[in-house]
Amino acid sequence: MSEKTKLTDFNVKEAMDALTNGRVSSREMTEAFLDRISAHESDIHAFITTTPEMALEMADSADDKRARLKNAGETVPSLLGLPIAIKDVLCVDGVRATCGSKILEQFKPPFNATAVQKLLDAGIVVLGKTNTDEFAMGSSTENSAYGVTHNPWDMDRVPGGSSGGSAAAVAAKFSPAALGTDTGGSVRQPASFCGVTGIKPTYGRISRYGLIAYGSSLDTMGVLARTVEDVETIFRLTAGFDERDSTTIDMPISDAVCREGADIKGLRIGVPKEYFIEGIQPEVEQSVRAAVDKFRELGAEIIDISLPHTEYALPVYYLIAPAEASANLARFDGVRYGLRASDENMMQMFTESRGAGFGPEVKRRIMLGTYALSAGYYDAYYGQAQKVRTLIRADFDSIFTTVDVIAAPVAPTTAFKIGGHGDDPLAMYLEDVFTLPANLAGVPGLAFPAGFDSSELPIGMQLMGKHFDEATLLKLAYVFQQHTSWHLKTPVL
Amino acid sequence: MCRCKGYLNEILPSAFPLDIITRMSLTFEEVEYIALLARLDLSLEEKQRYQQQLSDILEYVAQLQKLDTKNIMSTSSHLPSQARLRADVPKEGLSPERALENAPDLEADQFKVPPVLE
Repeated sequence: MSEKTKLTDFNVKEAMDALTNGRVSSREMTEAFLDRISAHESDIHAFITTTPEMALEMADSADDKRARLKNAGETVPSLLGLPIAIKDVLCVDGVRATCGSKILEQFKPPFNATAVQKLLDAGIVVLGKTNTDEFAMGSSTENSAYGVTHNPWDMDRVPGGSSGGSAAAVAAKFSPAALGTDTGGSVRQPASFCGVTGIKPTYGRISRYGLIAYGSSLDTMGVLARTVEDVETIFRLTAGFDERDSTTIDMPISDAVCREGADIKGLRIGVPKEYFIEGIQPEVEQSVRAAVDKFRELGAEIIDISLPHTEYALPVYYLIAPAEASANLARFDGVRYGLRASDENMMQMFTESRGAGFGPEVKRRIMLGTYALSAGYYDAYYGQAQKVRTLIRADFDSIFTTVDVIAAPVAPTTAFKIGGHGDDPLAMYLEDVFTLPANLAGVPGLAFPAGFDSSELPIGMQLMGKHFDEATLLKLAYVFQQHTSWHLKTPVL
Repeated sequence: MCRCKGYLNEILPSAFPLDIITRMSLTFEEVEYIALLARLDLSLEEKQRYQQQLSDILEYVAQLQKLDTKNIMSTSSHLPSQARLRADVPKEGLSPERALENAPDLEADQFKVPPVLE
């Protein structure tokens, strides 16, 4: 094995150590990841667009900048020279952003998403844009107009979704970390399916500016990496108030908690009975319960709890998210950007561009959302869903007076076979049943590896926390990863 | 097949009070009307498929109607009632050139569209 191949084994922390002490240049590291992508991308298809030339330019300029700052005795940006992959629903100036859709096949955003800009300021190198279900609508990455991503643990299986390309890229060591987005579980479920760690922060914690909108009251930017420490590093850099997103909230971000001496003694972990019911794969339940036992052993207090409105999260989500999507996606009309399929007259330009540009799941959700918002049905569907959403959030608000965090599975099963859900939208929607509640309540969620099933597929567990208390989730997962090795296992390609 | 069908049965109790739902299946004409509202050009095959699938989804989500929410406020956002606003001062924005980069058609530095008035 050459020295270069080994560079791709680095996680974020190891990569930054090697770059900082000068053992490796950003060019060497970037070339190593690009080489690995070239060697295995045809099997996995984690990317919609790779940006090798830009990446090498960025790497060279990072190397120059490091030398210059070092000589001048100035502070070096914390991620200078680190290669990262970015989900294709986040805008990178001048790099095609398709959202997995034919309607944006040629779209090159003229600005950076705020989260991307913050990471560019910290010095990252962009490897490319990762595959996603079209407009992040899906749980398997099968809804991408650019082909399905394969799970690096089993090429016949999905990587989860919608951030399936990002999760697969991290699991396959194409990139030490990746940005994703989570509207109903789209960071956590693929993290679980691919055996990596992923965070969905509190709604309002990270700017959505430049995150191409799907469900605006639910969308959050998220981070995937191979350790929770790496997730924390990138999460903390992207968080904060943004004058370009009025829904960001100016809340202090705690100091890094993933560090030596982190203490979880006395933290109260609630285990909700509604997340362990019939239909869940027995090995998933066993692994999550074993992880809960581990937390008890490490000093946490375990409390049985109930979140009585859990069963309504799925129907509430599949009214609210499509309703918001139908409004958000109205912007794709063939006028200012994206596909224009007809110049015949205005109406034909709208209907034919959208008919030709959107795929089946996006059309299905636009139709559903349009119906739910239409005159005569608004109160019965959308209005009622908004009220039940209040009940779901109240479940969380009330239980967080008794426990600090909630522990649950991420998904009912491990990664399923490509094509396994056929053309059955409801079966696919059920994949999100344990992740949707956090989005509806706006609370943070963290997924991390907690075992494997008999087919050697990763099993993830989820922690959900109080609004703006990502720190407790990160701390618990960090102590867990200090005492377990599930997160260190990687697939053989 | 889906390994979570058991779960579907679990959350769709057999004693589900179907009578409180006024009507769950969509007619073909309704599908055409929704497609028009959504400005989506759909094929006949797509309309037929969505008629069935949307009816199934509506039947599923109708379980929400059994909850009494008379005195419950709706949640449309998690934000505090007072959003923080930035100072209203002019700033450099996108240049016209950059804003027009992705235009499907343009003329004289403007987006060009088919005639609005016949």
